[in-house]
Amino acid sequence: MSALLELRNIRKSFSTELVLDNLSLEVPEHTATVLIGASGSGKSTLLRCINLLESIDDGEIYLDGQEISDPLVNVDEVRRKLAMVFQSFNLFPHMSVLENIMLAPIKVQGKSKEEARAQGIELLQRFGLSEKFDQYPDRLSGGQQQRVAIIRSLALNPRVLLLDEVTSALDPVLVNEVLSVVRDLKSDGMTMVLATHEMGFATQVADQVCFLQAGNIVERGSPDAVLHNPSHPQTREFLKRLHEAGRL
Amino acid sequence: MSERNNSAWSPSSRELERRKERGRISRRQAIIAAISSVLVLGTLISIAITSPGWAVVRKTFFDVNYGREVLPKVAEGIWINLQLTFIGGACIGVIALALALLRTTKSPALTPFRYLATAYVDIFRGAPLILIILLVGFGVPALGLSGIPSNVIFLGTVAVVLTYSAYVAEVIRSGILSIHPSQRAAARSLGLTSTQTMRYVVLPQAIRRVVPPLLNDFVSLLKDTGLVSILGVTDAVRAAQINASRTFNYTPYVVAAILFLIITIPMTRYTDRAIRQRMSNQNSEGVVV
Repeated sequence: MSALLELRNIRKSFSTELVLDNLSLEVPEHTATVLIGASGSGKSTLLRCINLLESIDDGEIYLDGQEISDPLVNVDEVRRKLAMVFQSFNLFPHMSVLENIMLAPIKVQGKSKEEARAQGIELLQRFGLSEKFDQYPDRLSGGQQQRVAIIRSLALNPRVLLLDEVTSALDPVLVNEVLSVVRDLKSDGMTMVLATHEMGFATQVADQVCFLQAGNIVERGSPDAVLHNPSHPQTREFLKRLHEAGRL
Repeated sequence: MSERNNSAWSPSSRELERRKERGRISRRQAIIAAISSVLVLGTLISIAITSPGWAVVRKTFFDVNYGREVLPKVAEGIWINLQLTFIGGACIGVIALALALLRTTKSPALTPFRYLATAYVDIFRGAPLILIILLVGFGVPALGLSGIPSNVIFLGTVAVVLTYSAYVAEVIRSGILSIHPSQRAAARSLGLTSTQTMRYVVLPQAIRRVVPPLLNDFVSLLKDTGLVSILGVTDAVRAAQINASRTFNYTPYVVAAILFLIITIPMTRYTDRAIRQRMSNQNSEGVVV
């Protein structure tokens, strides 16, 4: 089966700094791809390029066989199929939880208010947040905010969910409530690409783990292979440092 | 967030002692403030009263009977200022918002308008309001265009609107630019177009953020409507001037000033409070004493 999302020879630089260097990746449907690597290795930039928030310098990105890196492509239409969740949640502070979730279905998909509302309530119930529907984001804990951000992305029924270090801004207790949401999505068959520092979690959900170093995928394989039997010396070095920092 | 029961608590003896101590401290501060105020105000008043020209000043500037006599005329004038402020304010809001949006848009079709908006703001923010009033008030009728009223009230309002639209556009634009790019990224990644992102995500937050400076501009607007008096509009300033030059008694000016203050002081107090509220909402550490 061909991949749902395919990256070919992606190159991206910010002025003189090369951030992604000839990077290729295939993401089959209903699988989770986990990106690991030190800060600055290009994980976030890769996700932002897939979501067309950054334009690439060279290479091609295909979604469902369509080249989305074509400048003639309608970016708004592409982004409906590619939902992104950010490290800093980025909920809209002037809207309640439910309004945050309803905005895109109403304005982007043209759903009626009632329809969007019913869907929003249903999603909130499913993830145990239904009593928070009329609260404003600043009244929620970080974990709750991030769960709302994930729900907001899911409301568009995206083909692929991009998660950019969604637990990095949370304390260890709150990390788990967000990760359990991601685990649920994984078992529902959602196609996901995640950048994370949670190695234990990576082992649980990943179908493939990619270790990024200096804008390239140095090692790629099953979680067991990459995280427990790394073949590349740079991967081993990275995991050793994580281990010393108590993160593994 | 905590929902534990608080009713069973009663303050400890140490806390009661602290409260008494705090009470003593704030009483002492109140006494110091009162003494200081009396001293400063008393000095200022006594300097004025004991000055050699005080008797003349009191008669020509603070003639209570004459003040009462001109009050209705000046009050009629300030009604004109208020009308100018509210009608002008509404026009300014619309024009300024359009200018701010034009200056922040990236749409290629609007490129010439973006440059025009920038030039407009540069010109009207840089030129003194009184010159704009004179140029519009005397220049536009001289053009002899049909269909444009040569009514001085109308032309004066146009001049004030032209200038204030430039000021307010910059305030709104700074609000738009102050919204963090991550908000835009989140909206775009949900598939909202750039126009929808501006309309539903950026602008509502930006406007909320600039309400206090806009209130400030509103107070300034009310005061600056007094400048249209140079075109011969019988506003509060002009009404005072007419009466003062008739009798060589300047009390009408003081009456006009007091009327302006009666309106502007509550407005500025309210603005200050709005700013303080905004500040304490933004940082949870509260105000440091």
